[in-house]
Amino acid sequence: MSDLLLPPEIRYAGIIKERQNEDGSELSILNLGPTHPATHGIFQNILLMDGERIIAGEPTVGYIHRAFEKIAENRPFYQVTPLTDRMNYCSAPINNMGWWMTLEKALNIEIPKRVQYLRVIVMELARISDHIICNSVMGVDTGALTGFLYVFQYREKIYEIYEEICGARLTTNMGRIGGFEREWSPLAFEKLNIFLEEFPVIWAEFESLLVRNRIFMDRTINVGAISAERAISYGFTGPNLRAAGVDYDIRAMQPYSSYEDFDFNIPVGKSGDTYDRFCVRNAEVWESISIIKQALAKMPEGPYHANVPDYYLPPKEEVYHSMEALIYHFKIVMGEVPVPVTEVYHPVEGGNGELGFYLMTDGSRTAYRLHFRRPCFIYYQAYPEMVRGQMLSDAIVTLSSMNVIAGELDA
Amino acid sequence: MTLNASVIQDTLNDQFETAVSDFIQIHDIFTFEVDSDSIAAVVKFLRDDKTMRFNFLTTLCGIHFPDAEKDRQFAVVYHLHNWVDNVRIRIKCYLDGVNPEIDTVSDLFLSANWQERETYDFFGIIFKGHPQLKRILNMDEMTSFPMRKEFPLEDGGRTDKDDRFFGRTTDNVSNTER
Repeated sequence: MSDLLLPPEIRYAGIIKERQNEDGSELSILNLGPTHPATHGIFQNILLMDGERIIAGEPTVGYIHRAFEKIAENRPFYQVTPLTDRMNYCSAPINNMGWWMTLEKALNIEIPKRVQYLRVIVMELARISDHIICNSVMGVDTGALTGFLYVFQYREKIYEIYEEICGARLTTNMGRIGGFEREWSPLAFEKLNIFLEEFPVIWAEFESLLVRNRIFMDRTINVGAISAERAISYGFTGPNLRAAGVDYDIRAMQPYSSYEDFDFNIPVGKSGDTYDRFCVRNAEVWESISIIKQALAKMPEGPYHANVPDYYLPPKEEVYHSMEALIYHFKIVMGEVPVPVTEVYHPVEGGNGELGFYLMTDGSRTAYRLHFRRPCFIYYQAYPEMVRGQMLSDAIVTLSSMNVIAGELDA
Repeated sequence: MTLNASVIQDTLNDQFETAVSDFIQIHDIFTFEVDSDSIAAVVKFLRDDKTMRFNFLTTLCGIHFPDAEKDRQFAVVYHLHNWVDNVRIRIKCYLDGVNPEIDTVSDLFLSANWQERETYDFFGIIFKGHPQLKRILNMDEMTSFPMRKEFPLEDGGRTDKDDRFFGRTTDNVSNTER
C-alpha cells in the first residue's frame, strides 16, 4: 500500500521520529482548520512544521460537499441554476450565465445582441465583486483592515444592482434560457452609472493603500510562488495562472456572449507569487470597468430575451388569460421541454478561473450527466507545494490570494 | 498546417490504428473514443507531439451507463486543450461495468490527481498507478459510489413524491420493483 494512503498524522510521525534534534526539540503537527477564522472557508490542512516553517502539508476537502452533480441529474434544467449560485457565491451571476449559455449551446438557441451585452455587464460586475472580496481580504490577512472597509461597501452597491435586475443579492438565480426574466429597470441603469462614477475613485485609493505599501510587499512578494510550467500542469486558470505570466483568458481565447466586441487587455504577472496575483486582480478590475462602460455605450436596441416559447416562460398576464400560454407555462415549470440528445462543454471565465459545464443529455427532462469544472478544486491541489518551506503566516496569505471558495471546491 | 479535426484523426489513426475510433464532431468539440488500455499512451502522445501540442487537461470526469452492454457501462471523459492553436478535444474511454479500471494520467498532468480521486470517489473507477487513490469529497468510511445511477438521491422510503410521473425514476429501479 502506498504511504500516501495513510492518514497524514501517521506518515508524519515517522518523519518526526527520524528528525529529532539532540536538544530534544522536534517537528510538530499543526492542524490548520477546518473552521479557522483565517482560512475564510472550510479548509483543513494538516501541516508538518519545523517551528514556524512548513515542511509538508495535506489538504482535506469536502466538508461542505452537497452533491450538486447528483442533484442536477434529478432536476429539470432550470432548477440547476440555484445550485450554480452556491458554487462560487462571490460571483454567482457568472455561474448562472455560464449555465444558461451551456443550455443554449445544447439547444441551438440564438441570443439577441442586447441580451449578450447585458450579460457581459452583469458578469463583469460579478468579476469586480469577486476581486473586491479576494484582494481586500488579502489586505486583512496581512493586517490591513482599512482597505477592506473602503471597498466592501461597493460590493454592497453591486448587490443592489443585482437586486434591481433579478430581486436577489448573493445567490442570484438570475436569467432564463434565452435571456433575462424581465427588462432591466431604469433604476438598475441609474445605480450602475452611479457605481461606475464612484467606484474607480475608491478602487484607486485602495490600490494606493496596498500596491506600494512596504509591509504588504514584504509580506507577499516571493510568497507562495509557482512557475508557469507547474501552474499549467496543475490546471491553473484565471488570475492565478495569469499571475505566473500566461495570458490565457477564455474571454479572449474563445469569446462567448459577444466578448469579441469589446476592447480589453489581459493583465499578466511574472513570478506567480501572491503579490502578482494581487496585482493581476487589481488590473482586471480596471479592465472590467472599461468593458462595462463600452457595453453601456454600445448597447444595442432589442428584446431582453430570445423568442423561444418552448423554453422561455410566457408573461404572467397571458398565462391567466390564454390557453396556449398556460400550457407553455405548465410544461416549462414541470421541465417538459424538448431537449436534443447531445453533449456540450461550455467554459466561461469565472472570477477565479475557467468555469466549465460538461452537459450530457439523453432527451429526458433532466441532465444525464452534468460535470462542473470548478477551477479552484483543480488548482487547490498545488497548495501544499506552494507553501512548502514557507512560514505559517505566509500559508494564510497564500490561501487567500488563491481565491479558493469552499462552495466551489466541494460543489 | 492548421490543426483541424481531420489532421488529428489522421495522425491518431496512423499512430494508434485500432485503439482510436468513433471520431465525431459534437458542437464545437471534436470527440473520439480510445481503448482504455491505450489512454495513457494517447494522452502522452497528444501532449508531447510537435503538431498536437495538447498542453492542458481541462477536465476529467466519469459517467455511468447502467443500461449499456457489460464492457461499456462506465466512461471516463477527458477534455484536452491545445493553447497554441486553440483547439479542444474530448476523449472517451469506455470501461467494464463490474471491474472498471484505467491507467492514471496523473503523472502526465498533475491536475488529474484530484480529478481522478473525485472520479474514483463517485464512480468507483480504479485509476491504476495513481499515487494516492482515496476518497476526496466523501468521507473515508463510505462504502458506496454515489454518482452511480443506482444510488438513490433521496431516501427510498419517501411516499410523498412519485417521480414516475416526471420521466426517469430517481434510482433507475423499474417501478414494478418498488
